[in-house]
Amino acid sequence: MNPWPFVTAAYAVTLGGTALLLLAAWRAMRKAEK
Amino acid sequence: MRRGRDARPAISYRRAVPALHAFANPARFLKIARPLTPILLWLGIALVMVGCWAGLTQTPADYLQGETVRIMYIHVPAAWLGMGGWSGIALSSIAFLVWRHPLAEIAARAIALPGAAFAAICLLTGAIWGRPTWGTWWQWDGRLTSMLLLFFVYLGYIALSDADRERGGDGRVPALYGIAGTVLLPIIRYSVVWWNTLHQGASIGLTRSSIDASILWPLPIMLAGFTCLFAAIVLMRMRTFLARAKAEARLRRKAGGAAGAVA
Repeated sequence: MNPWPFVTAAYAVTLGGTALLLLAAWRAMRKAEK
Repeated sequence: MRRGRDARPAISYRRAVPALHAFANPARFLKIARPLTPILLWLGIALVMVGCWAGLTQTPADYLQGETVRIMYIHVPAAWLGMGGWSGIALSSIAFLVWRHPLAEIAARAIALPGAAFAAICLLTGAIWGRPTWGTWWQWDGRLTSMLLLFFVYLGYIALSDADRERGGDGRVPALYGIAGTVLLPIIRYSVVWWNTLHQGASIGLTRSSIDASILWPLPIMLAGFTCLFAAIVLMRMRTFLARAKAEARLRRKAGGAAGAVA
C-alpha cells in the first residue's frame, strides 16, 4: 500500500483545519474590535 | 470581628459578575494580548513550516511503519493540544469559581472550540495512520474511545456554555462541567496501560523515548509551533469576546439612558 496518499491526507487535514481556525478567529476578532 | 448580616456584600453574585467585566483588568490583559497575538502567530507559522519540512524530507522512514511514521509529527501535537486544551478549561474554571474572575470564564470559552478541533484532528489523523499501519480506520480501543469521548465532552461544554450565556446564567454550571471533565485526562493517558488493545504504549516519556533521535527531532519543533498557533487562536477569541462584551455593555447603557429620558 502506497503510504504517501495517507501522509498527504493527514497533513492536509491538520494544516487545513488549523488554517481555518486561525482565519475564523482572526476575522471574528477584526469584526468585533472594529 | 464577627461577620454579621451587614458584612455581606451589598450586590448579589449574579449582579457582581457583569460589574466585574468592567473592572477585572481587561485593559491590562489587552495591553499584553495585542502585541503577543502576532508574535505567537508568526512564530507558530515559522516553526510549523520548519517542522513540516524536517518531518517530510529530513528524517528517515521507520523500519516497521515506513513513511507513515511522518503522521506522528502532526498527530502527537493534535493529541497534546486536545488534552492540554481541556486542562486549560479546567484551570480557568477553577480560577473562575475561586476568584470569580470573568477573564477566566472568557479564557475557558475561548479554548473550547480550538480544543475540540484539535481533538477531532487527533482522531482523524489517527484513523488515517491506522488504515495503512493497523489495516483499519477505527477500533473501539481504550485510547481511541477515550479520545472520542473527550471530543464529545468538548461539544457538550460548548453547548452548555452557549446555553448558559443565552439564558443569563452566572457561568458556574459550565465551570463545574469543565472541572468534572478532567476525569477523562488520566483515563486517556493511562488507557494504553490499563487496556492492552490496539494502540501502542507510550513512546515518549518525560526523560526517555523509545523513538530513535534521528526520527524524533522534528517533533518538539512541531509541538512548539502548534502550541504557539493554539495560543494565538485563544488570544484572538478572548479579544473577540471582550470586544463583544464591551459593545453589549455600551448598547445596554444607551438603552438605559434612552429609557430614563422617556420616563
